[in-house]
Amino acid sequence: MEEMTSTMAEDGAREYLTFTLGKEEYGMDILKVQEIRGYDAVTSIANAPQFLKGVINLRGVIVPIIDMRIKFNLGTVAYDEFTVVIIINVLGRVIGMVVDGVSDVVSLLPDQIKPPPEFGTGIDTQYITGIGTTNGQMLILADIEKLMGGADMQLVENSAENHLDLAA
Amino acid sequence: MSADLSQFFQVFFEESTEHLAEMERILLSIDPHAPDEEELHAVFRAAHSIKGGAATFGFGDMAATTHTLESLLDRVRHHELGLTAEMVDAFLETKDAIAMLLAGHRDKTPVDEAVVASACNKLKSIEGGESHSSPEPVTDSAEAPATDSPDATTEYRIVFTPPADLFKRGVRVEPLFDELASLGELSVTAEVAVPDGFDGYDPEQCYLCWNMTLNSTAQLEELRDIFMFVADEDEIVIQLVKPADLHHDPPTVPETNLKNSESSRNPAPESPGRRLYDRDETAPNAFGRRPVDGTESSSIRVGVSKVDQLINQMGELVITQAMLAQTAQQFDPVLYESLHRGMELLQRNTRDLQESVMSIRMMPISFIFSRFPRLVHDLAAKLGKQAELKLVGETTELDKGLIEKLADPLTHLVRNSLDHGIESPEERRQAGKQPNGTITLRAAQTGGRIVIEVIDDGAGLNRTRILQKASENGLAVSDEMSDEEVWQLIFAPGFSTAEKVTDVSGRGVGMDVVMKNVQAMGGRVSISSESGRGSRVLVSLPLTLAILDGLSVRVGSETFIVPLNSIIESLQPQLDDINAVSGNTTVRVRGEYLPLLRLNEIYSIKGAVDQPEQAVVMIVDAEGEQVALLVDELLNQHQVVIKSLETNYRKVDGTAGATIMGDGHVALILDVGDLVHLWRKAPQI
Repeated sequence: MEEMTSTMAEDGAREYLTFTLGKEEYGMDILKVQEIRGYDAVTSIANAPQFLKGVINLRGVIVPIIDMRIKFNLGTVAYDEFTVVIIINVLGRVIGMVVDGVSDVVSLLPDQIKPPPEFGTGIDTQYITGIGTTNGQMLILADIEKLMGGADMQLVENSAENHLDLAA
Repeated sequence: MSADLSQFFQVFFEESTEHLAEMERILLSIDPHAPDEEELHAVFRAAHSIKGGAATFGFGDMAATTHTLESLLDRVRHHELGLTAEMVDAFLETKDAIAMLLAGHRDKTPVDEAVVASACNKLKSIEGGESHSSPEPVTDSAEAPATDSPDATTEYRIVFTPPADLFKRGVRVEPLFDELASLGELSVTAEVAVPDGFDGYDPEQCYLCWNMTLNSTAQLEELRDIFMFVADEDEIVIQLVKPADLHHDPPTVPETNLKNSESSRNPAPESPGRRLYDRDETAPNAFGRRPVDGTESSSIRVGVSKVDQLINQMGELVITQAMLAQTAQQFDPVLYESLHRGMELLQRNTRDLQESVMSIRMMPISFIFSRFPRLVHDLAAKLGKQAELKLVGETTELDKGLIEKLADPLTHLVRNSLDHGIESPEERRQAGKQPNGTITLRAAQTGGRIVIEVIDDGAGLNRTRILQKASENGLAVSDEMSDEEVWQLIFAPGFSTAEKVTDVSGRGVGMDVVMKNVQAMGGRVSISSESGRGSRVLVSLPLTLAILDGLSVRVGSETFIVPLNSIIESLQPQLDDINAVSGNTTVRVRGEYLPLLRLNEIYSIKGAVDQPEQAVVMIVDAEGEQVALLVDELLNQHQVVIKSLETNYRKVDGTAGATIMGDGHVALILDVGDLVHLWRKAPQI
């Protein structure tokens, strides 16, 4: 383990968990990921935005579940035994996000990451840190922390302020 | 002094240390050019709390220093003065000085009066130098009866002239002498002085005056403490005759009257080998070191985090047990008899265990109550009022976390009652009342809540004054407001009807702090008052923060928990009991019309029963008002573990949190009071 981290540090490569939303392939910092699990029955929360499916019991902790497919209008929204929830740990919170699928963990060197283009993808460009290429495939690298803290997510009580801070 | 009182000292020390740390944290982060209003209030409240506590426990030097700080802070927060960086520095310096005084009182560490004085002077010069004449902390240490070596005995001469009603107050003097005698060699002579010969002799009066000589190693402070609850400061004179180890010295008699005892407390020994005062000691954590006291006790000190962990795990166990019980119900009771017996046993054991675990955190409320007799006694004397304090239900137990947070609000309430409520003896006589007023502190457990009342038989709240003051403060008022609404006005920040600012109250920090603290604990405050008869403040708190008894109800496919203590009854209404009043549905229950709240509409749940006569109506108590909740079906009674939704999400309107049901599902716990607010806000359909 120690050896691994030191080699990682040497070549500056970082690991990303890749997931799909519709036809697009996204990558997020693997260190933010707590676990990956199936979709359980959620308890819906009244008057919450549609993409907030509700809350689940994760071993005694109440965790909100966000369906990224609804949020970004990507992919087909169906819940079955193949539906995947990535449990992430951002902003001191535990949040679950529903995606179409989890594919891989890839290691990217800094020179494999290009600045984000100015055209629209499913996710607002302000949350995209770069575009990675691996095995000839394009990977959109998302800043998941910034994304979850955004005001439109309504996850954090004072998210409006957070949002301004981040935008500034 | 007795171990009893030192127990409260500890609490005061801990609270003050917290307040100081908080103050420092805020001061360090504050931007002098654009100070946050709320933060200024917080610093001020911290100072106010420390001052109140210090005055209660007789730490006059701390109270005086904090008062200086508070005065300046008050002007800053009312925008009379702008905050400057220099001011913040002075505040921090004063905070350090207060911390040093605190350490002096707690750990008997030496106190450098010069630091305190310079801090105070700085504050005063900032304030405009107008209050230089106010009592300064005395820097003259020559007066201090320094006993350099701890073994040296000192001869004290004590003259105790008790008030005539000493015996009537039920004070026994023998224990005093016992306690003095335990400190060293004591000789006592008594003088009898019956004023008008034996004609005017009243056998119930005390005509005695005692002269005592004590040879002891004890500090002046300790002697003073013995008389703390018995005598006012002018009734007892303690003179230091001579330090016994300085026999060859001419008999210089440093004299100190306890009236000016600020000057004599904690003499700083001027021995060169000892450092006087190290700045590092003002760091918030530096006070963790305490003199170890050798007494063994039958209790263990455990970190609160450990107890909380235990309670959390207990909660998990309750859930697991519920889960198992649900599964076991699918098995045939005849075939699997032993399984069912085992489950029952498990349930009972879990409940017992849960009660024991919860009881770890429970403490009797006397822990707070017992500081009030002294407070009332001192304050009444200061205000020239006569007041008696009655304590009822001191053994009522509540959560330790609540006890600690309750101390400040209750202190404010009692002080308010005495300062604003109870009238002066003359006024009372004119009103045809007993000259001495009564303040009653009553605690009781009713259902799942603890109710604490502060009752006084004073003048009651003054409606006109409150309204007038409120409109001066720019609050929206009208003469048509109900009494209830008017009383609510005094909870606005900065509200005070007191004519002048005293160090007792009148700065208007009281009630908004009370409200804030109580609400933070999930409690409520209500006031009732009758002009000329007195007023009553009622604080109602949840018994515990962790577990509650609830009834699960189904609405559509959703399950909710309704706290059992808010449920009055459940019924299935008849069709002709359902009426529409201007678009709202009401239910008639025994002649009363109650508004009907449809949970499915409030929470936009589809597929719920819409016809009230086919569903169940729960009559619930929402902050004193009865409303009817429409649900599809009642499921079961549970003990549920309250889980916070805020940890990972945010507060959901109308709920008090969430819990995990036996089948692993999450269910929301309704807060009926909040639900009614939510319903009122929502556009009516």
